[in-house]
Amino acid sequence: MELFTPDFGLIFWMFVAFGVLFLILWKFAWPVILKSVDSRADLIDKGVEYAQNAKEQLDHAQQSADELIKSAQRRQADMLREADRLKSQIVDEARTAAQAEAQKVMDAAQASIVQQQKEAEEALRGSVGAIALDIAQKVVQQRLADDEAQQQLVDKLLTEIESKN
Amino acid sequence: MKRLFLIFTAIIAIAVPRTSAAGHGEGDDAGRIDPKEIIFEHLGDGYGWEVPFDHHHRIPLPVIVWGKDGLHVFSSARVTDGQTYRDGDASFRIAGKDSEYRGKIVEIAPDGSESRPFDLSVTKNVCALFITVIAVTAVLMTLVRYYRRNGYRAPRRGLGFVELLIDFIYGSVIKGTLGKNARRFAPYLLTVFFFIFGMNLFGLMVVFPGGANLTGNIAVTLVLALLTFLVTNIFGNRHYWKEIFWPDVPLWLKFPLPIMPVIEVFGMFTKPAALTVRLFANMMGGHMIVLVLTLLIFIFAAVSAVAGGVATAVSMLFSVFMLLIDVLVSFIQAYVFTMLSTIFISLANEEPHHEAAHKVETSK
Repeated sequence: MELFTPDFGLIFWMFVAFGVLFLILWKFAWPVILKSVDSRADLIDKGVEYAQNAKEQLDHAQQSADELIKSAQRRQADMLREADRLKSQIVDEARTAAQAEAQKVMDAAQASIVQQQKEAEEALRGSVGAIALDIAQKVVQQRLADDEAQQQLVDKLLTEIESKN
Repeated sequence: MKRLFLIFTAIIAIAVPRTSAAGHGEGDDAGRIDPKEIIFEHLGDGYGWEVPFDHHHRIPLPVIVWGKDGLHVFSSARVTDGQTYRDGDASFRIAGKDSEYRGKIVEIAPDGSESRPFDLSVTKNVCALFITVIAVTAVLMTLVRYYRRNGYRAPRRGLGFVELLIDFIYGSVIKGTLGKNARRFAPYLLTVFFFIFGMNLFGLMVVFPGGANLTGNIAVTLVLALLTFLVTNIFGNRHYWKEIFWPDVPLWLKFPLPIMPVIEVFGMFTKPAALTVRLFANMMGGHMIVLVLTLLIFIFAAVSAVAGGVATAVSMLFSVFMLLIDVLVSFIQAYVFTMLSTIFISLANEEPHHEAAHKVETSK
């Protein structure tokens, strides 16, 4: 069959044609094309890497901003709490100071009351003595003769004094 | 698309009256068609190139033969229709149907006997080869010029498609299989791919400059397979040759009777044979189906007008469908040839790493 017997002329020209095509493309086309394809692939790889890095950094920035805000909020809360604490502390201190002052005033008042009482007692004692002496004098003067009457009078007077006290 | 359809319809409108007129004009003896002859004429080579709608005129191509008395170059128009061309003492003609050199140029000795000269004619197939070379070069050089002008910017449209093909073959097939050797063999493999793909596509075009059944010709695929065979064996490393002549098998399989080496050497040659036949048979089959479908019209038309009409509609539909499939097949066959070549080359360049691993395993 003609179809299955290779023709020598065609084989020859096929070698020539392929050789020419290969040489032309090998010299002028493939180096440029392959370089372009390869370097574009590299470029794309680098671009992807760069984008990934950028995205990572962006995420990182977001994270750090979040952290910053969080710490600021924390500090704010701390400060508020501190202020609150200081306020109550000051109020407490004022209150204690006031109490202490009041106590002092009260103590002083008490002391003066006690003093005055003492003084009054002493004055009373003096006046009681004088009254007793007066009574005694009167008794002695009126009923010195009658012993029994005298005795009764003294008792009566003493009872009076006692009841007075 | 619309315009294409319009052109297509116009061609049919022109062609139909002409062919019917030709059918009537040629009379009763030519009314009968011989499908086998037509198919093999279209599948085979020729010394001229058919012009559409004209069975008598052909584009003349140079005939280059080395006869008994030296080189003869003449136009194929001088030997068409059984003419005999005389150049000095030598005379040539295309051998007739009953000759053993049927359809080929033969030199006629004074006693009338035919002999085949050393034939380097630029036949239809050779001319189609040149056209393919020019077309492929033009397309790829356009891409090169684009890259030179635009740097790394990706091309669009047509050139983008060419680049897509390059990227597909280079990126996934060549790089994926050959690894670090990719850059070394890429020029050869990519040239093979684009050459085959170009030839396939030109073969699908029905009229000049297409129509030559190039990749469906065993000489073409044989040369391509031979080139892959040469590249594989010239650039094969020591491990490859060791695997052929002293493979890693029990000793009795290779000494004293070299059973495995014989099988391996046989395998060296079956690879290119498979490449040759695969591409040849696939492309020739595609052409043959379209031809048969077209001829069905004429066979049925000879039976009756209605049958002819139905056959026309059906076979046109199937022809278009088959041609579209053939476009796909053109790509697939070019791809498969390139891929198999890549695999053969990569097998010949394999580093013996698995053997080392095997030895470590056995020593444990």
